[in-house]
Amino acid sequence: MIELRNVTKVFNPGTPNENVALRHMNLQVNEGDFVTVIGSNGSGKTTLFNLIGGTFMPTMGQVFAHGENVTREPEYKRSRYIGRIFQDPLLGTAGTMSLEHNMMLSAYKGMKSLKKNLNAKRRSYFRERLSELEMGLEDRLKDNVGLLSGGQRQALTLLMMVLSRPELILLDEHTAALDPQNADKVLHLTTKFVEEYKLTTVMITHNMHQALKYGNRLIMLDAGEIILNVDGKEKQQLTVNKLVNRFKKIRHQEIDDDELLLS
Amino acid sequence: MIEGIFIEGLVYGIMVLGVFITFRILNFPDLTVDGSFPLGAAVMATGITMGWNIIFTVILVFLTGWLAGTVTALIHNKLKVPNLLAGILTMTMLWSVNIRVLGNRANLPLLRQETMLTWVRGVTEGILTPSAAVLVFFIIVVVVIKLLLDLFFSCDLGIALGAMGNNEQMVINQGVNVETLKIIGVSLSNGLVAVSGGMMAQFQGFADVNLGQGIIIAGLASVMIGEFLLRSNRIWILTTRVLLGSILYRGLMYLGRYYGYYINLTPSDLQLITGLLIIGSLIVTQMRREKSFYERDAKVRERGDV
Repeated sequence: MIELRNVTKVFNPGTPNENVALRHMNLQVNEGDFVTVIGSNGSGKTTLFNLIGGTFMPTMGQVFAHGENVTREPEYKRSRYIGRIFQDPLLGTAGTMSLEHNMMLSAYKGMKSLKKNLNAKRRSYFRERLSELEMGLEDRLKDNVGLLSGGQRQALTLLMMVLSRPELILLDEHTAALDPQNADKVLHLTTKFVEEYKLTTVMITHNMHQALKYGNRLIMLDAGEIILNVDGKEKQQLTVNKLVNRFKKIRHQEIDDDELLLS
Repeated sequence: MIEGIFIEGLVYGIMVLGVFITFRILNFPDLTVDGSFPLGAAVMATGITMGWNIIFTVILVFLTGWLAGTVTALIHNKLKVPNLLAGILTMTMLWSVNIRVLGNRANLPLLRQETMLTWVRGVTEGILTPSAAVLVFFIIVVVVIKLLLDLFFSCDLGIALGAMGNNEQMVINQGVNVETLKIIGVSLSNGLVAVSGGMMAQFQGFADVNLGQGIIIAGLASVMIGEFLLRSNRIWILTTRVLLGSILYRGLMYLGRYYGYYINLTPSDLQLITGLLIIGSLIVTQMRREKSFYERDAKVRERGDV
């Protein structure tokens, strides 16, 4: 589905602030995979997503999608088969527009036409889909999205992403900014949609329990490198303790990110 | 007199609709307007003097304005220049272009020329007074433009434009090229501004290269006045309030001209008044915001459970 070949990303090359965010990374995500990504701050998780999503180009190496080289394809074109959700619930929707207009935007990917596709039939379809979220949003089609809570907004973003039928979804700690109750709800919806639409998923999380609980593969990043890449049975048998020990064995040091351990 | 205010409000209203599109919908403060307004006037006046078909000339006016907007959007997109600077560049260059269009002079009178308005006055002779006829004509023109815009902003492309002004990342994530959207939006805006300029040239009976001075500020003031009148997120209400704001602004300017005389104001002071009007509405908006923050905090304190 998506493949990184020997990808390196250097920020501010040739300046005193030079920073190698990703180092000779190889990663293949197959159709139907659900990969969880963990790693401490600055380990390159978000850079990895930006390279897959096309926000910027790698310094070296190539990105392939469906076997085609898409390294130089701009972000908006790659968005036609990649769905992405950010940690900030405000980034996925337009706050000063109504729910129905937001949903209309994601009804299909790509440049919009002069057709007016928002009609009664479409509205009842939107209402139906919104009721799946069980948040009472189905009665608020005409309300501005800015009036919703963070949890509601992130759930809406999730639903909108599913409506646009992406092949691969990138979740960048999409529940980290929510309170525990809403975070659970959004995660639950995520797994429901992933199964329903058989979406290939890569999910960044700061929470080791989450990383172990969800998905069929787990990768761990540190200093721009994949230091652990497990799948299948091996992943099922992992525990938080085993993860911490494996990190120690590989890196000969303790994990220094408290958040990663405490969560 | 009262017809005059409405006519001015409506004719400039087309321009204010354009300013509203860039400033409020696209969140792209576009200063091209100061150049594309006289451009529209110049093309219209030239077309009329040359005896071109009037409908064709209006379309040409729209297209030249469109082109001016495209130039601004391209400078912004391709050279990664801030949108304000891109607009100023185009606006400055247009000043020279406008003088060329006018035939190497600063103004072109339309006396005794066949314009849309002489036609309107002729057709309605005996039914309406000349100024009432012009008013009815502009009401029809402006309402048609407004309805077309309402339609445009409720289609998929129009919705995408609105979303881009609010959240560019989201629109990119839907697989839409925001550079193309910006070109469409800024061009459409300047097309409208040029049409407004073309209509103004006919109404005033001349085109002048300095017709555009301070137009952007007048447009912005009109948009802001409108925002005090109604609150909504529906596009047809937003466009209506833009037009109301424009008429109200012209009314205020009329009062300034008429009664300002008593306190020694001259017409040249109106730019200053307009600027102060904008600053005033910004202050009011700011105070409202702070007040609502304060009140919300006060509610929490009263509740006393935190």
